[in-house]
Amino acid sequence: MSTFLFAVVSGILFGVFFSLMAIGLNFAFGVMKIVNLAHGDFVMLGAFGAYYALTVFGVNPFATMLLEIAVFLVVGVGLYYGIIPRLLRSDDPEMLSLILFFGISQVIEALATLAFGTNPVTLPTNALGQLSVQLFGQAFGSSWVIGFLVSVVAIGLLYLYLYKTKMGIATRAVMANRNEAAASGINVNRISAVAFGIALALAAVAGVLTPFMLGGIYPSVGVNLTITSFSIIVIGSLGNPVGTVVGGLVYGLSLLLMQTYLSSWANMVPYVLLILILLIKPSGLLGKGARNA
Amino acid sequence: MRKNKLSNAIILVGLAILFILAPLLYPNQSVPFQMMAYMALAQGINLLYGFTGYLPFGYVGFFGSGAYGVSVLVLLLHWSVIPAVIGGGLVAVAVALLLSPLLRLSGAYFSIGSLAASEIVYYIVSNPNMQNITQGPYGVNLAGVYAPNTSYYAMLVILLIFTAVVMYVKNSTFGMSLLAIKEDPVSAAMCGVNVVRNRVVIWLASAFAAGLAGAVYGWYVSVFYPSSVFDLTISIFAIVFTLFGGGGTVLGPIVGTIVLYGLYNTIGVSSPQYFQLIYGLLIVVLVMFLPQGLTSLLKRRGINVP
Repeated sequence: MSTFLFAVVSGILFGVFFSLMAIGLNFAFGVMKIVNLAHGDFVMLGAFGAYYALTVFGVNPFATMLLEIAVFLVVGVGLYYGIIPRLLRSDDPEMLSLILFFGISQVIEALATLAFGTNPVTLPTNALGQLSVQLFGQAFGSSWVIGFLVSVVAIGLLYLYLYKTKMGIATRAVMANRNEAAASGINVNRISAVAFGIALALAAVAGVLTPFMLGGIYPSVGVNLTITSFSIIVIGSLGNPVGTVVGGLVYGLSLLLMQTYLSSWANMVPYVLLILILLIKPSGLLGKGARNA
Repeated sequence: MRKNKLSNAIILVGLAILFILAPLLYPNQSVPFQMMAYMALAQGINLLYGFTGYLPFGYVGFFGSGAYGVSVLVLLLHWSVIPAVIGGGLVAVAVALLLSPLLRLSGAYFSIGSLAASEIVYYIVSNPNMQNITQGPYGVNLAGVYAPNTSYYAMLVILLIFTAVVMYVKNSTFGMSLLAIKEDPVSAAMCGVNVVRNRVVIWLASAFAAGLAGAVYGWYVSVFYPSSVFDLTISIFAIVFTLFGGGGTVLGPIVGTIVLYGLYNTIGVSSPQYFQLIYGLLIVVLVMFLPQGLTSLLKRRGINVP
């Protein structure tokens, strides 16, 4: 029984962290209807940033996190103005964005391999600080608990931005209907650029936590992280930030339960969940309209 | 139409001569062999993506199914190798039939769904619990039927067949109906096109191409592992080659494979990261400035590309 409880609680801790990783991808899709296939690679870059900041310069991961948020925001805004308005004018922006970001993902992976090599790197788990939690007579590692708390705060801040600020309300208007938002005087390009910046900043936050939550980091991990994130947002419904949290929890719980009881098949979890949800309810658990071909 | 027939015949004969002569001119036979394998895969992707717009990131799942199909048929059921190769292709078709509900999805959903599906096939094949059938992660050894020259020509035959299939589809009413579905499935259905059947047919044909290519690849290399025949790089290469040359044409995937695989062979083998960097940038440039691929440069000048 205690094994089961341990799996459930760690599943929740893990699931919320994965929600954070996926929410940036979902946010970019919701606002721009583009699929950022390089999302996992940005997470990977964030992780390597944390690794080098700590091992070379001795910078605390939380300081790195703040710095990376600023850097990734700027990169995101720049990347937006560089490519996306042009993409959105084409015939099939969703498919072309998929291919384009696939190219960007390959470029990032190649550059990261040249810069960091292919060997996995790890960070000591206590670098985030000490905060052990006892629950149901089980101790949960400090890195998992802190990763969970940071994820909750980051998702909460995104929520506040979307529902309590003027920019956020405009962002939701763009998510609902891009043309009507533009017609009512919203600067759609500026809103989308900031949204893309925020999406990458969220990837950076998840990236800093990644070495503590998932262990070894290597350049080609980005693809797996992208697929996992995509599975999570599809489970919860594309374009719906609340759904991403649900998706993350479903994923985290199923992963940890599989690892506990059927460990040799656990790697398949994100893929099987994705296929099941795509075939049974393509609009996701919280979705309204279906998206059939 | 007659002009098309002539240029198609020239392409087929040209390909045959190129790959019959290649091993004589090039010391390492496996290089032209792999080029043929990628070309066949690119034509398979072309069948699906060029005519329906479905971009299967998980295409390698069929390639791996073909390779493992042939290994199971030869090692467990003791078939002789040629029927086993065809059986391997049919295994991939069976997998595709199982996965055909994926065609209900559109755009990015389909692409990533197919990727997930191929990962599932990979994890099933490579699972240690499957050791009795696929030997799990430990790889298979087909040394008993190893025949590099015969399998080299088998791959050439497969390449020629599927290039011819692309030619047929491009010039037939079937291909027209696929293009109509790609533009607007609802209107196509109202004009009496059987949308579901046509999509499934081209999906199975595309999987058969990958399955046969995978089966002959497995026969040619004769020792392989799940991680090598289900390597996502194979999908990625075949997709990039197709996009680079231009989907929906016969010549596009051929040109794309010759140029890019040639480049890969010059710089990619010793330093794969530089090659990855180059094709990554190439994709970005293509999408931004030339979304229809290289051959569209000719089309824009009014030259008919077969």
